Amino acid sequence: MSNGNNDNQKVRSVHTARHARTPLYRPHDFQWRNLSDRCAKCKRCVTQCGFKAISWQDNRPVTDSTKCVGCHRCEAFCPQEAIVIEPNAQYLKPHPLWTEAHRKNLWLQAETGGVLLTGMGNDLPYPVLWDHLLLDACQVTNPSIDPLREPMELRTFLGRKPDMVELEWGESGPRLATTVAPQLQLETPIYFAAMSYGAISLTAQKSLAMAAEELGTMWNTGEGGLHEDLQPYAHRAFVQCASGRFGVTSDYLNSGAALEIKIGQGAKPGIGGHLPGEKVSPDVSETRMIPVGSDAISPAPQHDIYSIEDLRQLIYALKEATNYEKPVSVKVAAVHNIAAIASGITRAGADIIYLDGFRGGTGAAPTVIRDHLGLPIEIALAVVDERLRAERIRNQVSVIAAGGIRSSADAAKAIALGADAVAMGTSALLALGCTLCQRCYTGRCSWGITTQDPALTRRLDPYVGSQRLINLVRAWSAELEEILGAMGVNAVESLRGSRERLRAVGLDEQTARILGVKPAGIGA
Amino acid sequence: MSGPTYDRGNRMISGCGLSAMMSLTGERVDGRAVKKSIALLHDRSNGLGGGFAAYGIYPEHPDHFALHIMYYTPEAQEAAEAILVEHFDIALDERLPTRPHPAIVNPPALMRYFVLPRPLLLQESGLPAEDFVLQKVMKINAEVSDAFVFSSGKNMGAFKAVGYAEDIADFFRLDEYHAYIWISHGRFPTNTPGWWAGAHPFTLLDWAVVHNGEISSYGINRRYLEMFGYQCTMRTDTEVMAYLLDLLIRKHRLPVELACDVLAAPFWEQIDQMPEERRALYRTLRQVYGSALVNGPFAIVFGRQGEMVGINDRIKLRPLVAARKDRNLYLSSEESGIRAMCPDPDLVWTPRAGQPVIGRLGSDVVVGEPGFESAAMGAGAAGGVA
Repeated sequence: MSNGNNDNQKVRSVHTARHARTPLYRPHDFQWRNLSDRCAKCKRCVTQCGFKAISWQDNRPVTDSTKCVGCHRCEAFCPQEAIVIEPNAQYLKPHPLWTEAHRKNLWLQAETGGVLLTGMGNDLPYPVLWDHLLLDACQVTNPSIDPLREPMELRTFLGRKPDMVELEWGESGPRLATTVAPQLQLETPIYFAAMSYGAISLTAQKSLAMAAEELGTMWNTGEGGLHEDLQPYAHRAFVQCASGRFGVTSDYLNSGAALEIKIGQGAKPGIGGHLPGEKVSPDVSETRMIPVGSDAISPAPQHDIYSIEDLRQLIYALKEATNYEKPVSVKVAAVHNIAAIASGITRAGADIIYLDGFRGGTGAAPTVIRDHLGLPIEIALAVVDERLRAERIRNQVSVIAAGGIRSSADAAKAIALGADAVAMGTSALLALGCTLCQRCYTGRCSWGITTQDPALTRRLDPYVGSQRLINLVRAWSAELEEILGAMGVNAVESLRGSRERLRAVGLDEQTARILGVKPAGIGA
Repeated sequence: MSGPTYDRGNRMISGCGLSAMMSLTGERVDGRAVKKSIALLHDRSNGLGGGFAAYGIYPEHPDHFALHIMYYTPEAQEAAEAILVEHFDIALDERLPTRPHPAIVNPPALMRYFVLPRPLLLQESGLPAEDFVLQKVMKINAEVSDAFVFSSGKNMGAFKAVGYAEDIADFFRLDEYHAYIWISHGRFPTNTPGWWAGAHPFTLLDWAVVHNGEISSYGINRRYLEMFGYQCTMRTDTEVMAYLLDLLIRKHRLPVELACDVLAAPFWEQIDQMPEERRALYRTLRQVYGSALVNGPFAIVFGRQGEMVGINDRIKLRPLVAARKDRNLYLSSEESGIRAMCPDPDLVWTPRAGQPVIGRLGSDVVVGEPGFESAAMGAGAAGGVA
């Protein structure tokens, strides 16, 4: 039974909890079992558990199930397959309204008086619109193209494009007369989302950076500054400037390939970054320029941006600081008025708009915010692309879709809805070994990803991690090529914004209309 | 413009055959030779649409915009003519001459108008005359149901109907017109409501396009054009080809060769190997005009005053054959189609993927013919995959 004092289910206290003498009943999530007839007594499970749930007593592993987060590290490293982790079967009478999750959260708050925290993306069963969209393919009247035998082009440029190309005539024919704003060249329309050093380990961030360089795509520092070890990879990085301004210096801005102003994040629209003090190690403290062990809770808004004209000033301040040589991205959470907001951001001078849907991941966020605010990325992307086209400014900005991109299929559908590229955060962490236990905010990640404990971070070898990321992105890219080929096009720009190649199944008419997609069954 | 795309009209997809001829000296011939060629390609079409474009046919009205309009109802004619009268000085309005033909059934009312924008309105609009005309053509096609402007250029005309192309030639009495460019098309639509306006060629001002293929990138090509005010009303993908040409060549002033390199862009692999200056140009063309890349199988022939161009998609998924005889250029889906127009050509060749063939009035050189080297462009030469 829970003692109501579980280290691994943190809350953010805003006042001192008044402790009742008897703790409330609060069943734990998992049941951990050791099959003693198989156990080799190697104690590896004890050392592998980052959450200190397993101890060695009477020559056998004993687990405090209240501390088990279900990350499966122990099970993965048990040489004897002697560990079984199951849902806690303790029977809590089901109730359709008062679900187990509601009751557990309520009990925890009754005991602590705090704001519930969580990690990773929204885990409530909101509809996933990607799963209601189908892509087209060629049959007879137009041929599919074989990606194994014909060229397929995924190369993507991010940045502001002029309305038209102007020429001047030289002796050797036409020459380019148009000066094009700085562009980022990506060899595939997929890159790594912002995940700060602090939220993730340096080994995890280095894995992303090395993979981005090898793949010819981008990674993103997040708001935690740029660790000196990652300087060699900065030419493939977005360097972020968020409301906390952690680690932001002139050198920092000039070291990246592109800049990103973080207004909001899909997992926590309307509030700032949230790095619990447990994760602020000496190294993180140095990179962020904050005291060791202090909570780094970024201001909810950027305090120099209270309006769109303020955003314009910051965009141009950053451009001035970097001699107009780098594109500036503005990252916003998908919220209800996102189309108008995106139009304003474009007109404010941004080169890239990063739309983060409500399913986007986070290292730490209040559960209530993560689970109940924002918009699906599918909707946000569709209305932004349509709005920018209606205003005839779509070419002035690249649009990135992020927040729950799970597969190349999601990526292809996002591109067909109008995204220039997609960014992956959770998918990248899964590639590094994450099992989605959602305890990133504790800083105890057994897989060495969302922790700063050197004993844990060294579990992730950046060379191995980057290879997995490279494998994943190459696999997705190859699948995108398969999709393009089946659709009879050989360049990603012919899919981009081509909603004609999407059909909706099982969506209500209004939603399909907003997505700009015809219902399945309607032909050409 | 801002509405969702869901309720936009259906479009048709099609196969087809095409044949075209041009006298580089401007010598005008009647429509019998091109009719013979497209008749030979009979089996490439299915009787559900055909048409012709002819340049140089109205020497008596060379400066007027010649509007060919089809009307399915008297009300449509009334509404469209009200728009014409409001915005144009009409030098001549008359029925398009036709000859009854048993295979051409239920023709709409077919009218021809020679017009100029009313000077005061033109001045008030601040537009070039071409854009003024374009706007009104779009207005009629989008707003007046059952009226379709199917030709709007100067000293040229389009003729099209539901039927086989050779019957359509007889119906429109093309043996009585003399042109220095003839472009013809026989259609094999894979679904169709028997739609006269949906036949080829598609025209816009003096652009005329015929197309064999299906544009797999139609969705984004259309949305891209809508950003520039073009409205797709003809329910077929070929329409976007005409509008893209108008945008790239007339509005953005790209040379025809470079416009072709937008429609059938060289691969990045090729661009990466170009010398720096040209690489910068081609990289920028793809960056800026990615949404204008026409992807999927196509062979097209398009004409404008003094110029005829044939081009394939970037990996040649549809046939196109070219030939020269003296100072004449021929293009066809099949060599047999060429030999029907010109039994003993001097030179027959198969243009490479994405490589345009361009005949120009007064020039003896055909861009893209064997041995042609262009220091200026050369992208066409580089274009396409071996």
